[in-house]
Amino acid sequence: MIGSPILHTMEGWKLKDAIIRFERVTKLYDGVAVLDDVSFEIERGKFYTLLGPSGCGKTTILRLIAGFIEPSHGTIYFHDQPINQVPANKRQVNTVFQDYALFPHLDVFENVAFGLRIKKMKQAEIDKKVKEALRFVNLEGYENRRIQEMSGGQRQRVAIARAIVNEPEVLLLDEPLSALDLKLRTEMQYELRELQRRLGITFIFVTHDQEEALAMSDQIFVLNKGKIQQSGTPKDIYDEPVNRFVADFIGESNILPGRMIQDFLVEFAGKQFECVDSGFLPNEHVEIVIRPEDLEMTAPERGKLRVRVDSLLFRGVHYEICAYDENGNEWLVHSTKKAEVGEEIGLYFEPEAIHVMHMGEMDDGRHET
Amino acid sequence: MLCTWGRWMMAAMRHNVRNLYLIPYVLWIALFVAAPILLIVYYSFFDIEGKWTIANYEKFFTPIYLKMALNSFWYAFLITLFSLLIAYPTAYFLTKTKHKQLWLLLIILPTWVNLLLKAYAFLGIFGTFGLANAILEMLGIGKKQILFTDFSFVFVSVYIFIPFMVLPIFNALEELNPSLVDAARDLGASAWTTFRRVVFPLTLDGVKAGCQAVFIPSLSLFMITRLIAGNRVITLGTAVEEHFLVTQDWGMGATIAVFLMIAMAVIIGLTGNRK
Repeated sequence: MIGSPILHTMEGWKLKDAIIRFERVTKLYDGVAVLDDVSFEIERGKFYTLLGPSGCGKTTILRLIAGFIEPSHGTIYFHDQPINQVPANKRQVNTVFQDYALFPHLDVFENVAFGLRIKKMKQAEIDKKVKEALRFVNLEGYENRRIQEMSGGQRQRVAIARAIVNEPEVLLLDEPLSALDLKLRTEMQYELRELQRRLGITFIFVTHDQEEALAMSDQIFVLNKGKIQQSGTPKDIYDEPVNRFVADFIGESNILPGRMIQDFLVEFAGKQFECVDSGFLPNEHVEIVIRPEDLEMTAPERGKLRVRVDSLLFRGVHYEICAYDENGNEWLVHSTKKAEVGEEIGLYFEPEAIHVMHMGEMDDGRHET
Repeated sequence: MLCTWGRWMMAAMRHNVRNLYLIPYVLWIALFVAAPILLIVYYSFFDIEGKWTIANYEKFFTPIYLKMALNSFWYAFLITLFSLLIAYPTAYFLTKTKHKQLWLLLIILPTWVNLLLKAYAFLGIFGTFGLANAILEMLGIGKKQILFTDFSFVFVSVYIFIPFMVLPIFNALEELNPSLVDAARDLGASAWTTFRRVVFPLTLDGVKAGCQAVFIPSLSLFMITRLIAGNRVITLGTAVEEHFLVTQDWGMGATIAVFLMIAMAVIIGLTGNRK
């Protein structure tokens, strides 16, 4: 069962500029589905991120698109042509590998020129294109360097140049930043985003880092256990997680059980609250998500909830406060103000801060607002 | 006084303890590697009567010995070439199989059997009434002289040396990062181009090591030469044996040995990794 957000977006797929389309694709390894009946489509010129924990199937999707593996069931379309049987070397996509996979016996120039030489391009044209690609990734003058002499960040750029020099319609990036240190990583995030804008081609980026995904993407697919849990813009996914898994995986959340009394009225922590969600069954048991930064610390009598501070951590930008209400629910609060351990405080939040989800981790994702 | 001396000894020993461990190794090298080589060089300057001379070296540069040397190189080259042609695909498919360690073991297993036994086994197989001729007869080709030919000599040698070629190539293939193959395919390379442009160049060190391991010993083969090729094939190896054991001309035998060692050193220098 695939969530309807995807089916929803598929309604008008013919009208859109879809480059790649997965239709009920399953990939089995030794009888175990690492990708389970997945359908989605990829449009031209957008930055997509496949986000999920290890083993969620994100890299499998990338390898299916690249053509390194074939689906067990289902069909992959490229410009509406099925490409299940098309070998990797005949596809209009290029990959930036996790370990860069640069050829150690070739210098920077020959690495970048590899694809062009296979196309039997003229030397003058190869020279021009390689130079251009290296300028694109700020590596002019490094043509004759050996790969072993390049730093991690530089290798990364060579790998990108080697891929984009072939002018692919889709660039696949398999956790390309995971080997870099934090500072370089943040730098490369900006650069990759900028590169995608300048090239105007589709990027499909695989990561397990939710911050990276939120920062870079036009569209995120959140994956778990071989299924797409949710797809949407970073803001959609952050603000309106469709199930517990997504809420938990993307950022920090307070997740607690509740009951939908009626449209726009939900009960949790022993009280009833006004909310913006509707379309649930009367008295349906639901899960409530409230982001820690949406909770405002107030005087006890002015809050919607009263909690007692249990512990406190200074996080630089804010304090991370852990508190308990009288029903024993744990509340995580991010606040720029300090609280004392053992102090009773009030928590205030807007109705929009309450996100109501159906029960169960493998939720089918229906979430109409 | 005694105490100070003892302490000094202790310090010296601690300092030299690493060097102490080296003694067995240095002794071994000196007695069984360096000394024999020096002895061979020493003997090469004596004639059959025990008089000092350089005539042996002059003799080596006569057509008889030069032709023999050329012959040895040619056979060693053939053996290395055929070993490589068989071993590379073998090693390649070995890395693709499920139980590769088992298959590798099966390939290496024959090296545990004594060389002489294997040579005798081939005498039986290739003999006039052996298995090979029986098959040829069954196929209607009829009996052939297989033993004591160039073919049987190269065949048996290749058989014996294949494991030494497979092993380093297998290791090199195993070390090859599989995502490099993916990368080549991703950039448009066909399976063959991927092999030619990526896999083979990156396993060249294994090929070089294998070629060394086969070419150098096959340069000085004498037992297989004698048993399988009879007197049809005369190489430097058989010449050394002849001079030492039959004609008792140790000087000439030693001279040939000196040239063999020089040749081997040159080959190692040429195929060695310069990193």
